[in-house]
Amino acid sequence: MSTRLATGGRLIDHAAPMTFTFNGKEMQGYAGDTLASALLANDRMLVGRSFKYHRPRGIMASGAEEPNALVGLGRDGQFEPNQRATTTELFDGLESTSQNHWPSLDHDIGAVNQYLGRVLPAGFYYKMFLYPRAFWKHVYEPFIRHSAGLGKAPQDRDADSYEHFHVHVDVLVIGGGIAGLQAACAAGRTGAKVLLIEQTAHWGGRAPVDGGVVDGISVDAFTQNLIAELDAMENVTMRLRTMGAGVYDHGYVLGYERRTDHAPDMGGPRHRLWRIRAARTITATGAIERPLSFSGNDIPGVMLASAVRDYAVNFGVAVGDRTLVVTNNDDGYRTAIALKNLGLDVPAVIDARPAGGGALAQEAASLGIRIETGKAVAKALGGKRITGAAVCAQAGTGSVDEEIECDCIAMSGGWSPVVHLWSHCGGKLIWDADHAFFRPDPARPPLGAEGQGVVMAAGSANGALDLAIALADADYAGRKAAEATGYRPKRGRPPEAEQAGEAPILPVWQMPEGADQTLRAKTWLDFQNDVKVTDVQLAAREGFESVEHTKRYTTLGMATDQGKLSNINGLAVLSEALGQAIPATGTTTFRPPYTPISMGAIAGEARGDLFQPLRRTPMHEWHEANGAEWEPVGQWRRPYCYIQGDETPADAVTREVTAVRQSLGLLDASTLGKIIVKGPDAGQFLDMMYTNMMSNLGIGKCRYGLMCNENGFLIDDGVVARIDADTWLCHTTTGGADHIHAHMEEWLQTEWWDWQVYTANVTEQWAQIAVVGPNARNLLEKFTDDDLSAEAFPFMTWKDVTLNSVRARVFRISFSGELSYEVATPAGMGRAVWNELLAGAEEFGATTYGTEALHVLRAEKGFIMIGDETDGTVTPQDLCLNWAVSKKKHDFIGKRGQQRSHLCDPKRWRLVGLQTLDGSVLPDGAYAATQARNANGQRKTIGRVTSTYYSPTLKRGIAMGLVENGPQRMGEVIDFPMLDGTVQQVRIVDPVQYDKAGEKQNV
Amino acid sequence: MLMLKCPYCGVMADETELSAGGEAHLKRFGPQSSAEDFEGYLFARENPKGVHVERWRHVNGCGKWFHAARCTLTLEVFGTYSAQVTAPPQDIRDAIRAKHPDWRWRDMA
Ligand SMILES: [Zn+2]
Repeated sequence: MSTRLATGGRLIDHAAPMTFTFNGKEMQGYAGDTLASALLANDRMLVGRSFKYHRPRGIMASGAEEPNALVGLGRDGQFEPNQRATTTELFDGLESTSQNHWPSLDHDIGAVNQYLGRVLPAGFYYKMFLYPRAFWKHVYEPFIRHSAGLGKAPQDRDADSYEHFHVHVDVLVIGGGIAGLQAACAAGRTGAKVLLIEQTAHWGGRAPVDGGVVDGISVDAFTQNLIAELDAMENVTMRLRTMGAGVYDHGYVLGYERRTDHAPDMGGPRHRLWRIRAARTITATGAIERPLSFSGNDIPGVMLASAVRDYAVNFGVAVGDRTLVVTNNDDGYRTAIALKNLGLDVPAVIDARPAGGGALAQEAASLGIRIETGKAVAKALGGKRITGAAVCAQAGTGSVDEEIECDCIAMSGGWSPVVHLWSHCGGKLIWDADHAFFRPDPARPPLGAEGQGVVMAAGSANGALDLAIALADADYAGRKAAEATGYRPKRGRPPEAEQAGEAPILPVWQMPEGADQTLRAKTWLDFQNDVKVTDVQLAAREGFESVEHTKRYTTLGMATDQGKLSNINGLAVLSEALGQAIPATGTTTFRPPYTPISMGAIAGEARGDLFQPLRRTPMHEWHEANGAEWEPVGQWRRPYCYIQGDETPADAVTREVTAVRQSLGLLDASTLGKIIVKGPDAGQFLDMMYTNMMSNLGIGKCRYGLMCNENGFLIDDGVVARIDADTWLCHTTTGGADHIHAHMEEWLQTEWWDWQVYTANVTEQWAQIAVVGPNARNLLEKFTDDDLSAEAFPFMTWKDVTLNSVRARVFRISFSGELSYEVATPAGMGRAVWNELLAGAEEFGATTYGTEALHVLRAEKGFIMIGDETDGTVTPQDLCLNWAVSKKKHDFIGKRGQQRSHLCDPKRWRLVGLQTLDGSVLPDGAYAATQARNANGQRKTIGRVTSTYYSPTLKRGIAMGLVENGPQRMGEVIDFPMLDGTVQQVRIVDPVQYDKAGEKQNV
Repeated sequence: MLMLKCPYCGVMADETELSAGGEAHLKRFGPQSSAEDFEGYLFARENPKGVHVERWRHVNGCGKWFHAARCTLTLEVFGTYSAQVTAPPQDIRDAIRAKHPDWRWRDMA
């Protein structure tokens, strides 16, 4: 069993006990524990189930590489699935639950999947679900839905807060192990601005556990000295619990700080995303131990040898009473020695190397540990926990020499440098055959803006597993990085460590070498996703030669651990199956983040009110106080309608439309885009921007204009007013102001840069109020002596008018078909004018109206709306707006595009009005269909609804739509199939369904 | 995330301050152009694994368009320059050819 030792554990405080729960059961741990070490101290080895076969899964590692020990943490708004127990620091009151099992962790029904192993081989996703087709709905899909994903998505809104930090540094050091500390020190001593980040809660990394002597003192003491020196440097910033998540273009690096995960009561943001610009980055990210591939290597109790050692030395936890060590390199002996020194039973070290190990092996032997060289584990024994191991010769096929009783197997398949961050932005790797790992190729680093290398790897991340070499390497990297950023390293010798005198590793990708199919079929590569040696071999046989394809086919390395343990073993198996060397196979692509980071950290402060700026018109507060139902339009909020009493929104819209048609309505039109175009060449420029002519517009006149892109498709519309000889004011749609302004600037700056034209987006400088309805003139005349008569102020003109004491620019334009003025005042005067007009309008029974009434009014008149009638593939001709497309102009943006054959096709869908025969309102987006069938056997569509409303004026549903050859089909009735299977019969009518002659606006 | 120096305001700008505008130095073809020329203008773009000359706008800054010569593979930047030229200026070409002696761009000599 797993137990807590009475003493020891360099990271825990025996005087500070803590209580936590796992699946509701209360357990005890100590301050300094990880959830994994505390679970093991409570003999909780089985912590989850695998993804595909629901096999029992135990803790396998002690760090970020853990594939199995994923738990849900917290509850409600703080619940988070898929958290690694090995990187979760214990705190008092922590609540954790296991995942991926039903009905309980210990008795899981899904575990029958493991007996289906033979019918769920590699690529089963692609093979099994194809036939018979009927099975999809009733068998396959429910099965996939049930088993898809690990953990449960949180149900509540995230209760925590998050933030972003932006920092610029000369040298960023990622990893606070001994190499990172040494590199940061070497860089810091030059005076360079250094940021040192470490993903765990402790500096020093593995070195204090692995031991050694540096400059005559213990490595632990040496590490403490480095930390103290760094602490004293003002140019160095150090952050624990901060992971280097990703390396990106031009020295951009993301750091992920877990600020309060270990202390939820601390307050402040939970996570921080560090957005770092570093002139040079040093990845001192260490190395990860590889599992060994033997049958039953997934049974709980099989653990990485380094993890067994970590739990004993760091947390005072004995993972087993009897621990069998199996290794192919010297490092495994460190675990045997550490356990033996703690008084624990190590029945044997199984060393695959015929010649055995070096100095560490001798030390183990001198402690009385039995060593078997040239041997292998043929098979791990046990179900939910290891009970023993069958031992055989590594060179054979697995005939068992003996069975050794044990409750823990500590395995070491060698170490792989953590090259993820090096690789994220283009750093290349080389295969180091002597050490059997990929390491960064210093000749091909990630490059910066000047083509210079901007990332250096240091220490074991650079392949320097030996302490002495790692320290020298890190010292060099720190000095070089600082030098590259303009600082001068002082002379001095790097620290010196005693070298261990290790024997070389023997690459072992299958144990034993000649393992048969039965053994290989129980030999796991990817523990979370249940990918076995036989799966990868099958993929190779089926022709998957690329490692990227094999990954997708088998799901090797696609789990939440992203193959940190499985990748190298998997591609070694693939290489062997393909009969090629490992470097010829290569690795899959390393992509950020290194381990998953929270969505909250990515969002940072950008949520709720801060998600995006809210633009308010000068009348915003009045709307808010007077029953506005808001509608978001771009970053603006516009009133959709104003609710009075217990009206429904539909009631309110009907009241507002009726008031406008019968008497008077006021609309806040301030959000409308307003762009000044000015200069000697402004007229010529606008003639290119608009489909119609603007240069000949008379001063004081207004003209409706259309804007297209070079494809010929409509992108915006609005009224243009000529202000003076060289000034035009272009109104755009509310959503279009910014991008139309950008569109104009693009052409001016990049195509016609010799034209003398200036543009200014003055949208927010003006408040604009639409005064609309038969009493519109009567209202304005109450405030001015200026002549507003039809003769003095005709339709489609503008005029400066003094309303009481305020000078306003008034446009006589209409988007409703009524007598209508748009009153523009400086933004600061908008609210005052709005108040005065409203007070004066009371006698006319006027109402304010919102965007929905505006839409109904314009649809009754057949006016198009950008974004409703257009979708980026609609031309002015499609909307029967040919009158607004100049034939005289030899050029405008979109003219050539509109000449293309497909855009001139007479069978294009064109604008019509639509009326249901029964008067009901058509659903938005509904399609018209004929009885003809297309190649897929579907009914052929001939049109669609683009706008649809209930018209209070006509007291029936009205709609606009695009219909094939529509304008030639007036009066025809066509079918609109509904989602419920019924069919709506709809008559094609004129788009102008109210006041066709336009008498109401011309009074 | 790239960084480019805006040649107008001199700011070394993060990509979040910029918006990409696609290939630089396209020649506009208008109403009298052939179908082939117009298609080329609208749709045909270089897609090099290597040096690319492209348009950027300092949208969250001074608002100006500019050009950049950049390697799409290594992200090396050979320089930024005015949007108001029809081909990369000599110093930019020299900077590119120092690293890529055989570099060519469309029909530019
Ligand atoms: Zn700029």
